[in-house]
Amino acid sequence: MSPMIRNPLLFAVMAAMLAAVGFGQSWQVALTILNLCLISAVMALGLNMQWGYAGLFNVGVMGFAAVGGLATVLVTKAPVVDAWAAGGWRLGISFVLLLATAAVVVVVRRWLGPGPIRSLVTAALVIAGYFLIRVFFDPATEAIEAVNSAKTGYLGGLGLPVLLSWIVGGVLAAGVAWFIGKVALGLRSDYFAIATLGISEIVIAILKNEDWLARGVKNVTGLKRPVPYEINLQADAWFADFAAWFGASVIEASSIFVKLCYAALFLAVLLIVVALSERALKSPWGRMMRAIRDNEDAAEAMGKDVKRRHLQIFIIGSAVIGIAGAMLVTLDGQFTPGTYQPLRFTFLIWIMVIIGGSGNNWGSVLGGFLVWFVWIEAEPAGLWLMDVITSGFDDASPLRAHLLNAAPHMRLVIMGVILLLVMRFSPRGLIPEVMRR
Amino acid sequence: MTDFLDAIVLLTNYVLVPGVAYGSQLALGALGVTLIYGILRFANFAHGDMMAFGTMVVILITWWFQSIGFSIAPLPVALVALPIGIAAAIVMSLGTDRLVYRFYRRRRSPSVIYILTSIGVMFVMNGIVRFIIGPDDQRFSDGARFIIKAREFKQATGLHEGLAIKLSQGITVLVTLIVVVALFRFLHKSRTGKAMRAYSDNEDLALLSGVSPERVVFVAWVIAAALAAIAGTLYGLDKSFKPFTYFQLLLPIFASAIVGGIGNPLGAVVGGFIIAFSEMTITYAYKKFLRYLLPDSWAPDSLVQFLTTDYKFAISFIILVVVLLVRPTGIFRGRT
Repeated sequence: MSPMIRNPLLFAVMAAMLAAVGFGQSWQVALTILNLCLISAVMALGLNMQWGYAGLFNVGVMGFAAVGGLATVLVTKAPVVDAWAAGGWRLGISFVLLLATAAVVVVVRRWLGPGPIRSLVTAALVIAGYFLIRVFFDPATEAIEAVNSAKTGYLGGLGLPVLLSWIVGGVLAAGVAWFIGKVALGLRSDYFAIATLGISEIVIAILKNEDWLARGVKNVTGLKRPVPYEINLQADAWFADFAAWFGASVIEASSIFVKLCYAALFLAVLLIVVALSERALKSPWGRMMRAIRDNEDAAEAMGKDVKRRHLQIFIIGSAVIGIAGAMLVTLDGQFTPGTYQPLRFTFLIWIMVIIGGSGNNWGSVLGGFLVWFVWIEAEPAGLWLMDVITSGFDDASPLRAHLLNAAPHMRLVIMGVILLLVMRFSPRGLIPEVMRR
Repeated sequence: MTDFLDAIVLLTNYVLVPGVAYGSQLALGALGVTLIYGILRFANFAHGDMMAFGTMVVILITWWFQSIGFSIAPLPVALVALPIGIAAAIVMSLGTDRLVYRFYRRRRSPSVIYILTSIGVMFVMNGIVRFIIGPDDQRFSDGARFIIKAREFKQATGLHEGLAIKLSQGITVLVTLIVVVALFRFLHKSRTGKAMRAYSDNEDLALLSGVSPERVVFVAWVIAAALAAIAGTLYGLDKSFKPFTYFQLLLPIFASAIVGGIGNPLGAVVGGFIIAFSEMTITYAYKKFLRYLLPDSWAPDSLVQFLTTDYKFAISFIILVVVLLVRPTGIFRGRT
């Protein structure tokens, strides 16, 4: 089958599967899955740029998604004036000191030649700067966290519209990526993988423990929404008519309407990202990226600045992941650092890209949809399977209870097996990269 | 003088003893990672879950022993169950090698492909462990709790600070010592061990000299799986067993292997202790320690803690990144 027929067919099958959930389970469930599919697809596109175009083994997707999520808090929440008054200036001083320390280290390192003395002086300066910063930083955070700690206890945000936070999420993630890329991009691919995995864990640790920033594990709830609230819709007369026209109850219709609004927003972002990446991939820039990926030395010999290009694509891909992270937090309406787990936020995205077909944007979109769909639907399917398997057992049997209880964990096994099968029998994925000459 | 002794005992109790135990556990884990890296040439992301799998089998057998009233008090009965856990882990790792990795080995795939497949294996093993034993915390140690109790130590020495050594810590150190000595003897004295080191140093030359690659790989998996099961069980006895924690242990284990020089067994052991002691010394609050040593007027008010314990994982990674940037081959000149 030619790709011209095959690829739309794959998407049609995907749509049919979502529709089947709509008819079989409920449209609420189908739309919930669809929304997360859209977000996953954006995230997978971001990773695909890094891995598929440029061959960067980024295992820190979770960190960038979380940084994007943080942006939603920092942009939309109202500023906590008391907290700023209590600790703002000290925090400002510690921030200035941080920059000063960095500057001093850079200058001194330029001044001293390479050698053990330089390393020792650098270490001494970093430690001294660290303690100096803590003199201001510790009382500042303590004061901020003491301000109405049950409700706020953090600096709050800027009180701006939530859609802006998607852009800011991308920018923040790009900033973090610049820093990480500067440090880690020179490493060999497997070291780079381990380093990014570790840095993403550090990002999550910071978000969990720096309560002054976004309340840590106490979570920030009640974030602004870019779409109407169900309650307001239900009160509107025109909406009641609208629901009646569909023959649905007002409550159900309002919930579906809200989900559709989200879906429209996410779809818009997805289409923009796909359109831009398709253009980029077809351009001379995309050709250069693939050339670098396929043979770094040859590309370098042709005068391409490999390091610079790697940093560039790493930043762009991370920005896209950050946007997706902000979208996810917007959809949830809350920022919960405790829920970021590498299996779900890093490795699952990897599976999406590999199964979809690394290097192909449409493949990543399909992978995002398909993998998220399976990830969610594996749970009821596993439960149903266990129910069938254990139907001969006594109802009180502890084994039956355990199996039913543990069935959701089967989805990890299913994902792993799918990944291994695809890698073995169809290593280029469902929609393989188009070989352009 | 007693102040000084108290300070030493305090540090021993909270940093040295737990550090030695944790370092031993990391060293065993890092040995497995470094061995697979040396022979199969990839960073095995599934190693943490292999540890969890072996430990899970040990726990299930332990529970069965406990239910039939079998015990070897004062030692934990898990030690008797350990060989079965090791056997299960070996079967598992040889099975994955046969089903997954062998295919790529024959095609001589690049190492990123191996890493990606090991992520797939990680998912499968993680799922199996959670499916069988669940995602929750499990405790399975029995027998005596302490070798030295803090109160008895205080009475015996008359110091203010107590020193407690848990039995699990003693067992950890003893078992690690035995395993490491046996492993190094094997690698340096036996024919197979020498073949493995030759294969790790220069694959083509080893093949020319008649080393059988399949056999070397087979032995590497057997040893790595056994080390994983032992490390996991010791960690579980010392702290507790939770699948997610074991997955997270992957980070300090990788750090240990790389800091020591990946592919180098001695480096893995040293790296394990470096990482463990860095974590311990940087997250320890020195307030009380300094109170004993300094005159009263100098005594600090703050906790004198470099970083809170929440950033434990961050420390191993900062060390890792610094080592990668400053000396990418690690302390003991591993592979680059």
